[in-house]
Parts: sequence; structure tokens; C-alpha cells
Amino acid sequence: MIEARDVSVAIAGKPIVAGVDFEARPGEVAAIVGPNGSGKTTFLKALSGELSYTGSIALNGRDMSVMKAVEAATQRAVLPQATTLSFPFTVREVVKLGLVGGRSGVLPGEDARLPERALARVDLEGFAGRFYQELSGGEQQRVQLARVLCQVWAPVLDGKPRYLFLDEPVSSLDIKHQLIIMNIARDFARRGGGVIAILHDLNLTAMYADRIHVMHRGRLAAAGAPQDVLSDELIEKVFDCRLKVGVLPTGNVPFVLPQSAA
Amino acid sequence: MADQSIAGVAGGMATAVEGDRSARARLVILLLCLALGVSIFLSLTSGASDASAVGVIGDWLFGSVPGDAALNARDQLIVWDIRMPRVLLGVLIGAALAVSGAVMQGLFRNPLADPGLIGVSAGSSLGAVAVIVLGATVLAPVTALLGTLALPLAAFVGGLATTLVLCQVATRRGQTSVATMLLAGIALAALAMALTGILIFMADDRQLRDLTFWQLGSLAGATWQKIGSVGPVIGLALAAMPFLARGLNALALGEATAGHLGIPVQRLKYTAIVGVSAAVGASVAVSGGIGFVGIVVPHLLRLLIGPDNRYLLPASALLGASLLLLADAVARTIVAPAELPIGIVTAIAGAPFFLWILLRKRGIVDL
Repeated sequence: MIEARDVSVAIAGKPIVAGVDFEARPGEVAAIVGPNGSGKTTFLKALSGELSYTGSIALNGRDMSVMKAVEAATQRAVLPQATTLSFPFTVREVVKLGLVGGRSGVLPGEDARLPERALARVDLEGFAGRFYQELSGGEQQRVQLARVLCQVWAPVLDGKPRYLFLDEPVSSLDIKHQLIIMNIARDFARRGGGVIAILHDLNLTAMYADRIHVMHRGRLAAAGAPQDVLSDELIEKVFDCRLKVGVLPTGNVPFVLPQSAA
Repeated sequence: MADQSIAGVAGGMATAVEGDRSARARLVILLLCLALGVSIFLSLTSGASDASAVGVIGDWLFGSVPGDAALNARDQLIVWDIRMPRVLLGVLIGAALAVSGAVMQGLFRNPLADPGLIGVSAGSSLGAVAVIVLGATVLAPVTALLGTLALPLAAFVGGLATTLVLCQVATRRGQTSVATMLLAGIALAALAMALTGILIFMADDRQLRDLTFWQLGSLAGATWQKIGSVGPVIGLALAAMPFLARGLNALALGEATAGHLGIPVQRLKYTAIVGVSAAVGASVAVSGGIGFVGIVVPHLLRLLIGPDNRYLLPASALLGASLLLLADAVARTIVAPAELPIGIVTAIAGAPFFLWILLRKRGIVDL
């Protein structure tokens, strides 16, 4: 379990996140939604130990602030919004970097082929020998996810759940790969791990999240199950946009929902 | 596309798993070991005198042939006391400069970082010149205390100070701006050179002549004593570098991601900075400003075996050592019986190469 209590983050004296309480349980996908600039990424950076914060964050009962980088790396892996690479690595070399510090949790002999297995999971079979810089943005994003998966391949290690922190994991992906990636996240949770994902697509969020945390101007505006949180009032208040939940378009306008996926 | 054909040839020789260049890298390292062996042998056998290294080594192994004692003694002197220290110094400094370049490039996440280009060597020079000029007067207590270590230590401190300032200026929130790094490097180098200029202004005629030759960079005047004073420093720094390899690999993804992967980023950065400053400082202290080795060698190797520092660092050491011996051979023979400073040779070969990298990678480097 990841427990954050009264977490605040200030960058250069400016408060970005204020007094956020947050929980992510093993076996669940916890989504963070909210408008641009509401502090979602900053909060995730506090959770991942990248930014200093006030308040308390505990990872499986251990205080984050006393955890060393290598200890945290065995318990959670982080997918940033975008990653630029400075040297011409092949796709396989990038994915293998996921094994650099943490523990994948597979048997020692199986580690060698883990990059290939991770690439297959994100639908990039046969990409191992390509250069990372030559790939499209969406493909790069999936390579990074494969790297992250290598780091915490087993969702449970030594009896403790492990976590995926995903910052907009599907933002640059087509609909097929959005579903593939979200299914990976849900599968990771079903096998005993925990997932924290920042998402923008509310339909995808409603479909996959067990719990939604809504952020607004650095604060937590609401938290709970999708059916309890996603209401007309909340969406109008948080996103400043008059939208109705569950209303079908009138007339001949087609619409495609991820929920219809077979 | 020269690099693609090079990579293609090497790839055809050894490819195990798709996208995995480690088998090729190991093969290249093996070949580089052989190349270094050949370079050392050629350097020991060639020179102004006709002394035969083969004969001397043969004597050393199998006992000298009677009746030839006088000639043998002369050859032994030339090979062991003149050529050998010079070869060893070339190996040490070539390896130190190339590995330092590779480590700085990993640290700044940029293929253009080089101790010579971004002011680290200039900072080291300032430290060394201070000891040469002021060693008998203002800094007398220091030189008395440290003896022959004063020069490399001063060069180390100068290089370390420059690198630390550079890191502070060029890195903001884990991101290094290339333009800021190069410009800050230019400013720091200019400042260090200006201060060096003041010291040179104060120098007497004898010191001046020493300084000029030293600044151009040369392996001439290599002695066992010099090896003794810088060898341990460079050896220690080089020995520490392989432990940085995995961390530097992770750093290619950015400081934050490297941290997420379990790398203690701050410790990695400071170990790398101290190691590079020590290696560059020691090199500058004995051989002056030998430029471009640190940028040319790692760049060539990345084309061949990829950017994985576990292979790039040892390969850089081997190729750097071989190339510097080659450059020294050119320096010794091209205007024989006089000798060209080796820094001129590396600059003439390296500067156009650097321009070529800039032209080729204009898009990626993105100044």
C-alpha cells in the first residue's frame, strides 16, 4: 500500500500541491485525473522521490524520505511523460536498462530474455534491433513502458506488492495501443501489484480505474470509485466545462468508446 | 555513410541477439588489446637511434650474447630508460584522456563534452603553471611538503574546481543545456587562461621556455620518476571508472529516471567528477594540453559498439592509448631529428573530426 498524508510540494517557493491525501492499494488501479497544471505530475514526482515534499509518504509501510534510491527501485518503477535519450541506444539496450538497479523478480536465468518478453507485451516484437531515436513518439513511449515493466516484472516480490507509477502512459498512443497498455496495467494489479496512473481520457479512466483521485488547483477535489466520483457537478467544477455524464450524442454523430472493445 | 559500413562489418562478425551489441563490443575490445600490443611494440622499436628493442627484450628473456656487452648496455639504456617510460606515459595519458572524455559525455549526456573543450584542461593547466612559476617562491611550503606530487595535485585541484563550477552553471534540475555547457566552458577556459597568462608574465626566461613546450603538449621528457608520480593517480582514477559504467548508462535516460532505476545519482556525479579531474589533472601535469583524444575516441567507438559504458570505457582506454602512441610516433618522426609537440598532432587530426561530428549531428546536438 502507498499512503500519502497531507502532502504539499512547493517549487521555487510557489505551492504546486497542497495537503493531498492519497492511497494506492495493491490489486487496484488508482487513477489521478485533473486539468492541466492541477499538480498531478508534481504529486507523482513527490511519490517517486524526485521532488522534496512536506507531509508523509509511506511505501508498504516504510517512510519514503528515508528510503535509498536502490530500495525504492525494487518496490516501484516510474514511467515519465516523455524521455529523451542522449546516445544512439538500440531498443533492446534501452529496455535492458530497466534491469540496471532493481530486481525484476524472475529467476536469474530468465533475466536474459526479459527485454524480448517485455517488448512483446507492449506490442513491439521485432523492434529490439532498431535505434530508439528512429521510432515514432508512441513507439518510444511503449519502449519506455517495456523498460519500466522489466524493473518490476513480478508484481509481488518477497511477499510485498510492487507498484507502477505511470504519468500519462497512453497520451501519445493510438486506440489499440491505449487498450493494450491499460490492460497491462490492470493485469499487473490483478496479479497483486498496484498501479498509479495519471490519465486524461475520462472514458478510459472510468473503464480501468478502481479508484479515481481528482486534482484541482493543487488540491484533492474528490476521491473514490468511478461511479461515485464522475458526476456532472464535479466535472463542471474541476474542468470548467459543462458536460453531462452518460449522455449519448444526438443525431448522426458517431462516437467510439473504449468500453465497446471486444 | 562510413560509420554504417564500419558498424555493418563489425555486426557481420558477431551478432547474437538482435539489438544486443555486447558480443560485438567484446570482440572489438579484444582487437583493441591486440592493437595496443602492436602499438607498444612499434613505439619501443622505433626512434632516432637504431637500438633494437627486440634485441634488448631477447637479452632480457634469454640472457645477453657474450662479446656484445657494450652495445647491449647502450641499447638497454635507450629502450628501458628512454623509450619505455615514454611509451608507458603515452599509454597512461591516452587512456586517461579518452576515458575522461567518455565519462564526461555520459555525465553531461552529450557527445560534445570533452575535458579540453569545456575548460577542465585549462583549469588543470592553471594549477600546474602556478606550481611551475610560483613553486620556488609563494608556493614553496606546498612544493616542499608534497615534492613531486605538487604538480599533479595542483592540476587536479584546478580541473576539479572548473568541473564543479561547470556542473553548477550548466545543470538545472537535472537537465544539462548543451549551449550553456559549451559557453560556460569557454568562459571558464578563458578565465583560467587569463590567470595562466598573468603567471606566465611573471615567469623568468627559463620557466618560460619550459612552459611553452609544456603547454603545447608533449610526451618528451618522460622519466620513470614522472611515471611514478602520475601513474598511481591515473591508475586509481581509471580503476574507479568501470564502477560508474552502469550508472552512466542509466543517466542517459535523464537524472530523474536514473534515480528511479535505483542509481544514487549525486554520488555517481561526484565520483565521476573527482575521477575525471584526477585523470585529466595528472595528464595535464606531465604532458600539457593534448586535445581532442577525449572526443574523437569515444565517438568512433560509439559508432562501432554503441554507447554502453560497460564496453565503451575499457574500449576508450585501449583505443586512446593506441592512438596517442601513434600520434607520438608521428610527432617524433615527421620533423626528425627535431620533434613536434604531440598536442599539435592531435589537434590537427582532431579538430576537423570535431567539425565533422558537428556537421553530421547538427539536428541531434541542437545548439
